[in-house]
Amino acid sequence: MRTVVSLICGTIFGFGLYISGMIDPQKVLGFLDIWAIADGGWDPSLAFVMGGGLAVAIPIFQFAKSRTEAVCGGEMSLPTNRAITTKLIVGGVLFGTGWGLVGYCPGPALSALAFGHTDTIIFVIAMIVGMGGARLAGLNK
Amino acid sequence: MENFTPITALIGGGLIGLASGLYLLLNGRIAGISGILGGLLTPTKAGSAVFERLAFVIGLVAGPFILMNATEIEAQSLVTSSLPVIIVAGLLVGLGTTIGSGCTSGHGICGLSRFSLRSLVATLSFMAAGFVTVLVTRHLMGGM
Repeated sequence: MRTVVSLICGTIFGFGLYISGMIDPQKVLGFLDIWAIADGGWDPSLAFVMGGGLAVAIPIFQFAKSRTEAVCGGEMSLPTNRAITTKLIVGGVLFGTGWGLVGYCPGPALSALAFGHTDTIIFVIAMIVGMGGARLAGLNK
Repeated sequence: MENFTPITALIGGGLIGLASGLYLLLNGRIAGISGILGGLLTPTKAGSAVFERLAFVIGLVAGPFILMNATEIEAQSLVTSSLPVIIVAGLLVGLGTTIGSGCTSGHGICGLSRFSLRSLVATLSFMAAGFVTVLVTRHLMGGM
């Protein structure tokens, strides 16, 4: 049952990335280019995706937080780490730099595999290598 | 702002929020894509739930695949960067999300929905780096 739920949630997530246009790196770069505000070329769509996402997710998360067990059984696996560390910020900056270079973050990059473009496949392989390397070095701890 | 698409952005965002919320409520897990994918790389760890993670990733690809083949809704996924830039960017995204324990979904959607200060700091870090990177590549270096 948990696997079926995962498949359905992943599919809905993929629908969202496709419909919102976030599956397109150019759409994401159009948002990250806030220097285009001056000449009217800025695309604020990503902020609306975040807004729509939070509007739906916040009530569900706040309700879910009060539960001690998941509906399909098992514990509520919520992060307990609250430490704001240099590592958190360095990781964020490295990720943001890669995100700004091409316009892919992990979700859209995986979803875009549906198009079968070589560039996307290469990006995903490099991303997995980066993740694997960092884990081998114990940087995920 | 000729490319601005507020309605589809809100609807798509709502679906992303719904998927994240249902995943937490039903499976008790955070729908952070970098965490879900990264966990597949070290499947020996207890509680890594390989099939659940794999099913989520399959769904992520299946969702767009269904829409592009079974509906009139159109989308593109255009990469304009050169091969070395694509590789460096991919490595940075993989490395950064692992070191920083999350990405746009895990910190941005799920973390902020939990009102996590840690996730807010992470989100501001990668957004700021994204803004600066685009400033440098598009405006100071004239496109890469």
